[in-house]
Parts: sequence; structure tokens; C-alpha cells
Amino acid sequence: MTAAEIKEERWFAPPDAGDDELDVAEILQKHAGQRGGLIAVLADIQSRWGYLPESALRSVSAAMDRPLADVYGIATFYRAFSLTPRGEHLICVCLGTACHVRGGPGVAEEIGRQLGIHSGQTTDDGRFTLETVNCLGACALGPVVVIDGHYYSKVTRLRVAGMLEDAREGRLGTAEGREHRLPIEVACPRCNHSLMDAGHPIDERPSIRVTVGFGEDYGHLRLSSWFGSQRSGSESEIPAGRLTDFLCPYCHQGLTGTDACPECEAPLVTLLVRGGGAVRLCSRQGCPTRRLDLP
Amino acid sequence: MSRWKEWIGMINLAINGFAVTVEDGSTLLEAAQFLGFPIPTLCHLEGLSPYGACRLCVVQIGQGDRARLVSSCTYPAQEGLRVWTASNRVLRARRMVLELLLGSCPQSKTIQDLASAHGVRQQRFRQEQEDCILCGRCVRMCREQMVAGAIAFRGRGATRSIGTPFDRNSEQCRLCGGCLYVCPACELRCTYTDAPERAVCGGCANLAPPCAEQEGFDHMMCYMNPCVACEIPTPEPQPGVPS
Ligand code: SF4
Ligand code: SF4
Ligand code: FES
Ligand code: FES
Repeated sequence: MTAAEIKEERWFAPPDAGDDELDVAEILQKHAGQRGGLIAVLADIQSRWGYLPESALRSVSAAMDRPLADVYGIATFYRAFSLTPRGEHLICVCLGTACHVRGGPGVAEEIGRQLGIHSGQTTDDGRFTLETVNCLGACALGPVVVIDGHYYSKVTRLRVAGMLEDAREGRLGTAEGREHRLPIEVACPRCNHSLMDAGHPIDERPSIRVTVGFGEDYGHLRLSSWFGSQRSGSESEIPAGRLTDFLCPYCHQGLTGTDACPECEAPLVTLLVRGGGAVRLCSRQGCPTRRLDLP
Repeated sequence: MSRWKEWIGMINLAINGFAVTVEDGSTLLEAAQFLGFPIPTLCHLEGLSPYGACRLCVVQIGQGDRARLVSSCTYPAQEGLRVWTASNRVLRARRMVLELLLGSCPQSKTIQDLASAHGVRQQRFRQEQEDCILCGRCVRMCREQMVAGAIAFRGRGATRSIGTPFDRNSEQCRLCGGCLYVCPACELRCTYTDAPERAVCGGCANLAPPCAEQEGFDHMMCYMNPCVACEIPTPEPQPGVPS
């Protein structure tokens, strides 16, 4: 390509005509008057439309009185933002140092091969977007792959097909999913005593044992230590929908925190994950909310 | 210390062993240059905010074990500071910075001249033939002096670049040429061909603008249309497309 051709291509590319005017006024309104709210605004637009349309960037630049070049610079700086529509399912392969040496690149390549895309691209049918990140903070479990917020640990090339199929069939994070689970080992956030109970395995792994109290009754509740599995066992029958107190069986302190469950507003229980991070679960019996926060 | 110095906001420090008094609020670079101690700079430009990108202006502060290198263009002068602008450590660091800059932009005459002036006699790094060293001069020029904000940094890491949003002709650009004027990389190029050792000769006077070389520079740092520096014929504006 000669310099003249490059110039021509660069300067006379017609503006993107496909973008409709998107209504970002509401989002701008929400963050109005906040200092440095630009990233928050962009994050909201990203989560609402799945990407940052050009027209939205222009409106943000005008409304927040920042040069478009700045807004564009920020939008291209953070991996969380994308300027092109993302697919229905977002696959994130960790290529941090630990995952890299444990075979992350091979997994990324295999996913790319099966989907026919490279990292950063979206499949033609708009179903999958493949991205790579540098460390998700779960290095001991590497190679880690996250599909739509569901963590897969120790991924091998052989598991890729199953994972993609789970995503296609909408089985991510459900018990039928073949490849959705992540083994965790938890401890009490107050006394740091391990809560793992090897004597009562669930799903062929040591279970997580906590004391639960509801009304006058107390008993042990055992949860599966596969994050993603809802299987649990309890000595006494806890009525469904019942709010329960979670206690550490060793230090007898309450495990219930102040955060509320996004589904049912019951308080969330926090358990420490060995190796860093925390798992949150809803204290309402039967509510499926489980959240894994890795640092 | 006499009282009047405090009154008018002066501070005392030692530069290269000389006790000096400079205005409070100045940077080490300003202090040293005002007093005549030379410090080479690349990303710094009077009239633009300090940026600290090139690290060419390193100086040594502190003593003994606590001595460290800082970029003088961003470091504020402090009472009692001991500054060395040309210690062995500083000179070594500077030569390394220049060698690295030369590796990324071996044809820039500015960098070549700086390199030869500071005794860089070799080039050990793979030459990248970049057309931008990401010094940010153009960005600050455009924003602070032209109040246009047409160009900015984009992306990050190895793919960081300077340019207009969406790589399109910017509506904010005033076509002033300020960005080209201040760029240390987008200017006259050395015409040496490939030998790395010739990258530091610093002796030629080539007058061809970089974009005249058709190969090798695929993203010219030129936001002007038509460009003031280069003679590439610009394409006819197409109907319906704002140019
Ligand atoms: S020519 Fe355009 S991009 Fe360059 S400094 Fe002037 S206004 Fe900014
Ligand atoms: S284009 Fe030139 S002035 Fe702008 S950052 Fe790159 S080297 Fe510096
Ligand atoms: S390297 Fe993959 S999670 Fe840290
Ligand atoms: S001149 Fe100080 S870092 Fe560039």
C-alpha cells in the first residue's frame, strides 16, 4: 500500500452509518454532577448495549464537555469496553503468567479453532466473543476460562467442546451443565478455620459444613464444594423460603454480612475461599444466589 | 537563611554541589535550566504541561543509599534537596534511554542528534522503525495550546497509539499543524539504509519528509489534510463525504 492510498483510506472512510441515535440521556442523568464519572457512564452504556456505539461516545463527549478524543482514548484503553458489538456469550481466557505456563494459550487456541475466530473477535452468527485477559486472580486453578461470568478451572483442550456446548444450550451454571463447576475450598472469615468436611462428601468432594439456625432450631448444613452445584445436605428439615442464620461451627460467630441478595434481598453469607477471594451465598433457604468474588 | 527568601517564596537547594536559590513551585528542570545546568529533554516543551514520558531528563537526588533517579521535568524543587544533573549514574541512564529511543525510532534526526551529543556510540537493540515514541507532545500541543483536543492516546500497551477518534478526520482539528511542528519523530529523517551503527552518526542533512518514503511508514503521524510537510497529492474530496 502506498502512503497516498493509506491517506485516502484513512481520511475518507465514510462515517459509520449503522448507528442509530441511542438514548444515553438517562445514563448521563444518573451520573450527572459526579466528578470523574466518565468511566461509570461508559460502563453503564457498555452493560446496557453490550458495546460502546459511536453515537453514544459522541453524546457522552458533548454532554460531559470532554473532547471526543479523550472519551475514545478511555474507551480503547480498558479491556472491559468494546467498540464493536459483542456476541451473546463472552468467553474470557486467562493468559496471565500462571495460566500461561499451565497451558492457557493452547486452550485459547482450541476455543478459537472450534469457533473459527481469533482473540478479540466475534463469530459471524454473533453468538460468541473470544477475549483474553491477564490474570483473574485464581491462578492456582489455572488455566481459567470464564464464560458469561461462570468460572471454569483447570481447563484442558478436551473440555473445550463441552464448555461451548453448555453455553450454546444455555446450561451454564446449572446442574445439568457438564463443565460448569469450579472446586472451592472455604474457611470461616472470622476464625479462618477450614469449613471443609471430608467425612461427608457431596458430589465426590469434601463438603462445606456450616451451622444454621432458624427459629429455635439449630443444625448442620452441608453444601457441595463445587461452585456451581446447588447440591446440599442438612440434618434437619429447613423450610424453603426460610431466612436462616449461618454460623461457623468452630467459633460460633455469625457469617451473615450486610450485603443483600440481588434476587430476594435476604442478607448474603460470606465464606473465604482458600487462595484468595470469597464466595457469597444467599441466607434464604432455596434461593439459588451464589457468587464467587475472586480478588 | 535570610528572611526575604521566605517572604517571596524562595527555596534553597544544592545543584551539582552549588548552593542555589530558586522560586518555590518550580520543577528541578526549570531550576537547573534557569541556573545554566544543561539537562537534555525530549517530551518536555515550554508552554506545555510536564508529562514525564521520555525519562531523558533524569537527575539524581538524595545521597548515598537513598540516591535515586527522578525525571527532573516533573519533580518539584524542594528545600534542602541535593541534585546531581550529570553524575555517572545519570549519564549511564540517559545513554540507555537514548539507545532505547533510537531502537524504536532510529531515523528521527532529533533522537540521533541527542544520541550522538550524549556519546551513544552503539545500538544494541532491534530497530523497530516506529513513527512515534509516544512522547505526548502533539497531544498536549493540541489540547493546551490549540484548545482543540482533536488527537489523543488510544489503546494501551504495545498497541498504544496517537490519533483521532475512530481514525477519521477530526471535526475538532484546526489544521494548524501544531502537532507536526512539535513532533520529534515526524520530521526530517536520516536516509541511512539498514546498518544499525549508522543510526548514530548524527551527521547528515536530509531534507525529505518521512512520508515521502513510501515503504516502512504505514501510519504517518500526520493529522492534517493536506499535510503541510509532505508533498503527497491528497485525493479529491468525494461527494457527500465531509473532508
Ligand atoms: S493540526 Fe489539528 S490535530 Fe494537530 S495540533 Fe492542530 S488542531 Fe490539533
Ligand atoms: S506523534 Fe510525535 S509528538 Fe506525538 S507522541 Fe508521537 S512522537 Fe510524540
Ligand atoms: S494467571 Fe490466570 S488467574 Fe492468574
Ligand atoms: S523531558 Fe522529562 S521525562 Fe521527558
